[in-house]
Amino acid sequence: MLNVETDLTERPGQTTENSIWYDAWSRLKRNKLAIASMAFLVILSGICALAAWITPYPYDLQDLETGAASPTLKHLLGTDILGRDLLTRLLYGGQISLLVGLCATMVSLIIGVPYGMLSGYCGGKIDALMMRIVDILYTLPFTILVIILMVVFGRNFLLLFAAIGAVEWLTMARIIRGDVLAVKEQTFIKAAVVLGLSRPRIIFRHIMPNVLGTIIVYTTLTIPKVMLLEAFLSFLGLGVQPPMSSWGLLIRDGAEVMESHPWLLIFPGIIFSITLFALNRLGDGLRDALDPRFNKT
Amino acid sequence: MLKFVARRLIQMVPVLLIVITITFFLIRLAPGGPFTDEKKYPPEVLASRNAYYGLNDSLLTQYARYLGNVVKGNLGPCLQYRNRTVNEVIRDTFPVSFELGCWAMIFALVTGLIFGIIAALRPNSLLDHIPMALAMTGICLPAFVLGPLLILVFGLWFGMLNASGWDTATDRILPAITLGAVYAAYIARLSRSSMLEVLPMDYIRTARAKGASELRVIAYHALKNAAIPVVSFLGPAFAGIVTGSFVVETIFQIPGMGKMFVTAAFNRDYFLLLGLIVFYAGLLVTLNLIVDILLVWLNPKIKIEA
Repeated sequence: MLNVETDLTERPGQTTENSIWYDAWSRLKRNKLAIASMAFLVILSGICALAAWITPYPYDLQDLETGAASPTLKHLLGTDILGRDLLTRLLYGGQISLLVGLCATMVSLIIGVPYGMLSGYCGGKIDALMMRIVDILYTLPFTILVIILMVVFGRNFLLLFAAIGAVEWLTMARIIRGDVLAVKEQTFIKAAVVLGLSRPRIIFRHIMPNVLGTIIVYTTLTIPKVMLLEAFLSFLGLGVQPPMSSWGLLIRDGAEVMESHPWLLIFPGIIFSITLFALNRLGDGLRDALDPRFNKT
Repeated sequence: MLKFVARRLIQMVPVLLIVITITFFLIRLAPGGPFTDEKKYPPEVLASRNAYYGLNDSLLTQYARYLGNVVKGNLGPCLQYRNRTVNEVIRDTFPVSFELGCWAMIFALVTGLIFGIIAALRPNSLLDHIPMALAMTGICLPAFVLGPLLILVFGLWFGMLNASGWDTATDRILPAITLGAVYAAYIARLSRSSMLEVLPMDYIRTARAKGASELRVIAYHALKNAAIPVVSFLGPAFAGIVTGSFVVETIFQIPGMGKMFVTAAFNRDYFLLLGLIVFYAGLLVTLNLIVDILLVWLNPKIKIEA
């Protein structure tokens, strides 16, 4: 266990609300792997976002004369069979993969958090009904339904966000509900009720800050799941469509020509796996930092 | 126990009904009919085609008829393979996928449990760190990265195994590892942490004190309790293996149901898709029921809501 008290005494005059986050941050700072992951993710997102200014090539510039060439100084990670610079494709693909990850996670937050809070706060019959609905939805084979959605409505980019987000909100709702159930039994919430505060005020001003940590943790852990699902769909050819690129799509293209041009598979595979690893490590680190209850050996 | 199983069997009905309903109407919402993608047919042919498949009736009539057929165990015709029914396609392809799934599950359970137990017996030693690092790698290497990499290394560079196909016994190795690796990794982590919880308990000391061999203490006394989280994980694992089979069968060119599903999705063979989804849904719900029964058997403390 990490020693929390020392940090509290070192910073007198802090309001309690701030010190919760300060404690969490100081716990997180000691987790080297989580901090390294965070730094990696920040740098990676930055580079991907600035792809247009970093690489001299457009993402769909073909150079059929060069064709697939192994890494050189001109093309640091080589080129694909159409002579497109792989590094450029990776950066632009990263934009899409990270964007899908973020947006679909936002969708799952927007549905899952209010649903879980409402269910947990209302309790009783409403809670039982709302959670029964979640239980039933849980048993549906959602990945299969997402595939159907993509098939039926064409491979629409926005739909991809919505469909993936609609799958992932269930876990979020369940976890938030559990947290709200625990928080609302505490005396300060009872005091707020006795004081006659309105229900929205209690939920947003008093309960929300106490489950915010959980929300942050599960947001971080949902992003890799979402990116995995996007890459899975793209790999099957049902997700992002060429000439746009995403990491899943690049892995698929690379796998097709791996015998003669292994780097086209290896580089996208490595970057994708490291990103998943970093997101998972950061999520675990945040969980340990924000919620010491989870701090098991 | 019988009551519990019966109750769960009854609960399966609404779930399956929801899946069938959602998929049926989703597919019909699709712009264009099932034949619009193909080359232009003369109107008479199209009309007779529509009449043959009963597409001229109202949507609700078709839905009711489909439900009736599903109850009778008839999943209808395929559009792409004119002379075959969905039932025949499933009969031909399911055994292949089933075998692949079994091998993957066996691989996941055996390696996962062995790694997890070894790690738990010597916590914070090299015997703990190496298996756990491997497990973390496994979690971060999705099947569509791991599969091609395995083919590249063992199929193409070393040439030890066939890169694709499903003919010889050794053809099972790479697909099973690809499909099972992620679950082996999760099982290793789960069994490690639950073993760590169980091993210091009094009843383990009692078992040792009465002279049970170390192997029996671990493999019987400790594992029976430590297996509970692993068994609860089997439900999601089965679901993941089903969806994973889409990718793995595509990568390794295995003629199973997963590859059929992806092909049907691409060809927009709506009847085949619908039929396969109904079958998958039934399969997953049944597997979940089996997992729940196992859990009750392992842990009598779980209350059976009857």
